[in-house]
Amino acid sequence: MSVMNAPRSAPARSAGRPPSMRGNFSAWSNRHRKWLFAAPAMIFVGVLIVFPLAWTLYLSLTDSQGSVRAATEFIGLQNYLTVLSDTERFWPAVGRTLSFTGVALACEVVLGMGIALLLWRPFRGEKWVRVAILLPLVATPVAVGMMWRLIFDPNIGFANQLLGMIGIPAQPWLSGQDTALGTTIFMDVWQWTPMVVLILLAGLTSLSEEPDEAARVDGANAFQRFFYITLPLMMPTVIVAILLRGIDALKTFDILYATKGKGGGSFHEVETLNVYAYGLSFDYNQYGLSSAVLILFFMIIIGSMWLLTMRKKAVSK
Amino acid sequence: MTVLTQDQTSAGQPQAIHRRRKPLATRAYKAFRVIALIAVVLFLIAPLFWMLLASFKTNVDIYDTGKALFFAPTGENYANVLQRNNYFVFIFNSFWVAFVSTALSIVLGVPAAYAMSRFTMHRSALVVLMARVIPGVSLLVPWYYVFSNLRMVGRFEVLILSHMFVALPLIVYIMMSYFDSLPLELEESAQVDGLTPIGAFRLITLPLSVSGIATAGILSFIFSWNNFMFALVLSGAKTKTLPVAIFDFVSYASIDWGGLMAAATVVTIPIMIIALFTQKYIVSGLTAGATKG
Repeated sequence: MSVMNAPRSAPARSAGRPPSMRGNFSAWSNRHRKWLFAAPAMIFVGVLIVFPLAWTLYLSLTDSQGSVRAATEFIGLQNYLTVLSDTERFWPAVGRTLSFTGVALACEVVLGMGIALLLWRPFRGEKWVRVAILLPLVATPVAVGMMWRLIFDPNIGFANQLLGMIGIPAQPWLSGQDTALGTTIFMDVWQWTPMVVLILLAGLTSLSEEPDEAARVDGANAFQRFFYITLPLMMPTVIVAILLRGIDALKTFDILYATKGKGGGSFHEVETLNVYAYGLSFDYNQYGLSSAVLILFFMIIIGSMWLLTMRKKAVSK
Repeated sequence: MTVLTQDQTSAGQPQAIHRRRKPLATRAYKAFRVIALIAVVLFLIAPLFWMLLASFKTNVDIYDTGKALFFAPTGENYANVLQRNNYFVFIFNSFWVAFVSTALSIVLGVPAAYAMSRFTMHRSALVVLMARVIPGVSLLVPWYYVFSNLRMVGRFEVLILSHMFVALPLIVYIMMSYFDSLPLELEESAQVDGLTPIGAFRLITLPLSVSGIATAGILSFIFSWNNFMFALVLSGAKTKTLPVAIFDFVSYASIDWGGLMAAATVVTIPIMIIALFTQKYIVSGLTAGATKG
């Protein structure tokens, strides 16, 4: 009905018409559609995210622990001092978070680039390879964790059988104090390299062929063409892949908790910041302390994202 | 010599440029490529295959390394998992939570993404996308505070709300890049023809966005199905989802490997079947916005 009223040039305004309730509402909603459309999602985000974040910040300044209904006292920055001077759990967790993310990302980007280059030009059976790439990506992380627990089991696991065939002594894998973190990194690489492949492949297919062709005509070999032509052109996409994957890698929880349980194992071998904060909150009910850890963790994430975005801007120019 | 063979074939063809390169190197690369691709596929598929095999083995066979590939398959693990542990309830719970949270997020997220794309609301978009960055635990603590004081922990509503925290930003993100790629002219000409802006959105833009919405919806469903941490804290005995149920499997002293692998297969198979049929959408959703400057 408002369709009829609307003048051709400025459809939102029904000027010069007798105002009706429905027409008024339609005109009003059309004029304010920007906020009308965005507001529900924004309010949802505000209530469920901004408010809880503010509360986490507040909790980090209190001595909240034990029960969620217990009275709390404001203790200022005490929790932060406790956390920052904790060299037994907090700082090792920071180190593990950074090394888990760094090593996993490096492997995933190098492997991902290699696989993306293999898939770049069409070939027979491409469809099946693409399916194989998708499967780890959509598999439920907890189930994946359980799957690797069996494969990496020191006594009955397939991993040690495989090593036995080529004459390498059995490894403790997940149950070893020094090998557990590396094993979880391997799981992360298995599951998420496909993600990097897909992003890089999308980047490769959107590249124009001309620079590569020109270099070929000039007699550059495949390695030269990759390092001097393709890679520089791909840099912005590579950074996007690192950014997207890095955020998730920093927050990895499911496979760590599923394979090593509370506290990241009995020696905290795989206890990253996320696992540490979860444990403090829900295994030990130290809400104040865990909130301080979370705020610091959040700052690490924002900081590393900011660095990468700066880098991307520099590369894109 | 290379030039000679080249001249004999049709020189005008575009592939001729490739052929002119040293054929030996090209053939070596082709062989290498085939071997490398097979290695990649094996690396990605073998562990899943191993899980599937183990789910059909008795625990005695799992401990017998001689029966790695050849054994008498049994369906007992599945019967145990599905019947005795009541996994049908968990399957329903997972499905229900994923479905409702995805549907609600589409209703909220698609118009929001449209507004943010058309009016370039960068700051608002940043607020929503912040949700992708925030560690889930930092929201779980206050949610747990509020919901346990309201005595609502363990109810579907709470679980669905928490899953929407993942789904909504994802949908806004994918749909924003989808709307960005949709030409403005169609809506504009519809408005010239007499539609209101909202009418143009409803009658022109939305029908054109079905594949984008499908992409966002499928991915959001998968992420919700796979979600573990929120359900671990916020689900109760009646609302437990599959990932938590699997996790509970190993809380006891000795691990029933066959049952565990059957349970892991039960949670992964539905999502993999969905992925097989919607491969195109999943790839376009995961790579949305990745290649623009």
